[in-house]
Amino acid sequence: MIALLAEVPYWGQSLLRVLGGLVAVLLPAGTIVYVFLFKMMSFMQSRLGPMEAGPYGSMQLFAEVGKWLQKEDIVPDRADARIFKMAPIIVLVSTFLLVVVVPFGPEAWFTDFETGVFYALAVSSVSVLGILIAGWSSANKYSLLGGLRAAGQLIAYELPMVLAVMGVVIQAGTMNLQKIVVAQNTGSMFGIDAIGHPYVISQFFGFIIFMIAIQAELTQAPFDMPIAESELVSGYMTEYSGFRFLIFFIGEFATAGVFAMIASVLFLGGWGVPFTWFGWTSIDDVANWMNFAGPLIMFTKMMLLVFIIMWIRFSYPRLREDQLQRFAWKVLIPVALLNIMVTSILKVVF
Amino acid sequence: MAKVPGLVKGLGVTLGTLFKTTVNGSNTVQYPHEKETPPVRSRGVIALHQDNCTSCMLCSRSCPDWCIYIEAHKELAPPRREGGKPRQVNLLDRFDIDYALCMYCGICVEVCPFDALFWSPEYEYSEPNISDLLHDKTKLSEWMETVPEAPELESGADKKKK
Repeated sequence: MIALLAEVPYWGQSLLRVLGGLVAVLLPAGTIVYVFLFKMMSFMQSRLGPMEAGPYGSMQLFAEVGKWLQKEDIVPDRADARIFKMAPIIVLVSTFLLVVVVPFGPEAWFTDFETGVFYALAVSSVSVLGILIAGWSSANKYSLLGGLRAAGQLIAYELPMVLAVMGVVIQAGTMNLQKIVVAQNTGSMFGIDAIGHPYVISQFFGFIIFMIAIQAELTQAPFDMPIAESELVSGYMTEYSGFRFLIFFIGEFATAGVFAMIASVLFLGGWGVPFTWFGWTSIDDVANWMNFAGPLIMFTKMMLLVFIIMWIRFSYPRLREDQLQRFAWKVLIPVALLNIMVTSILKVVF
Repeated sequence: MAKVPGLVKGLGVTLGTLFKTTVNGSNTVQYPHEKETPPVRSRGVIALHQDNCTSCMLCSRSCPDWCIYIEAHKELAPPRREGGKPRQVNLLDRFDIDYALCMYCGICVEVCPFDALFWSPEYEYSEPNISDLLHDKTKLSEWMETVPEAPELESGADKKKK
């Protein structure tokens, strides 16, 4: 793939990367919205969901997008118009920046960062800025409260997330997401290498903490206080309409997809299959077709993780704001710290 | 720790419903394509039996929404018996129910002393234009065809006339 790319001029490469990024963000987002938000939620409530637009309502999302696009782009009178208009774009851009470090195959990646984990965690918090200024610039008390809640929540849950990832980093000995994938697929547990060494097994607590933390990072129920409709109308999104709301909406589900991808890279072995299945020993041996099979494997794992996120979202009622904060600071962070300690000790011992 | 089983149970319920809906289909129906028949005695629309109406205005006056409009005039009808005085009868000029206002309380049906108003289970009469929800006496009389037979009365009770 790289050899193929090398013949393309620089502008062509950049264009391909942008297109690839769009596909990598929007395709999972659309699939997640249709499969989980439209269909799975409906089925869990014993109804069928959208059925009219296209076969089994599969074109519903396009109908919704069309509806949003034709709506008026309203900016409240007292709002800080420029910042108000900028906010949703900042939120979406952070998602696009996030997907940059996710490896999709042995050579199918956008950039190969040595500090990929660090970059991903740093960039994921850019969306907090977007949400906070969306809440602040709306000139609306509900938006402001929602924005503040979102900021408090995202910062509180970023810590356990970072600390949970630390365990993986310690175990893999690298912050490069590609190398973390390779380490999982070439690894072995107690000499058995049939399924490699997915960190979901050895870092089980880290995985649980990470999943809980991304549930909160994505503001999905039971952690959706920032947009709690019964208290705050729609939180920081209250004043948004038309395509700016659409961008927030896409951002929410695209981020869900990208976070699930990162989780699958960190804990489930990412794009790879255990290398012993095909007799590979290192990343250089991996066959070229993995560049095409890899994204599909990745997509499957992502859907599995998003299924868990959405399943919990549709099953649990919302927590209270103080319960949310208490859970992060008094339970998740101590457990995550303990996890790091145990991991480091075991890493040194073995 | 006592909360954990409940949380797991909740996940089980949603997953169970997911499979049940996939296998057995949903509890809901896809409305315009398939319809559920409402119960026979449901309050769909009010039908008017014009011959029974004496334009006594009781329904109009008891309507909490004031959505029944009645106009009538008096006419002389031939006497019942030979040599008698001509009878005075009220003839309906207008009997409208504005379903945009009606709240389906059924007080008019209850209060009517001459059995001129009936409940019909028909419910599909939505209109694109709100003024079309004002049903005049012709349209209200057409609903009579959809009025179900009155239920069996207790023995000895007066038969309700339709």
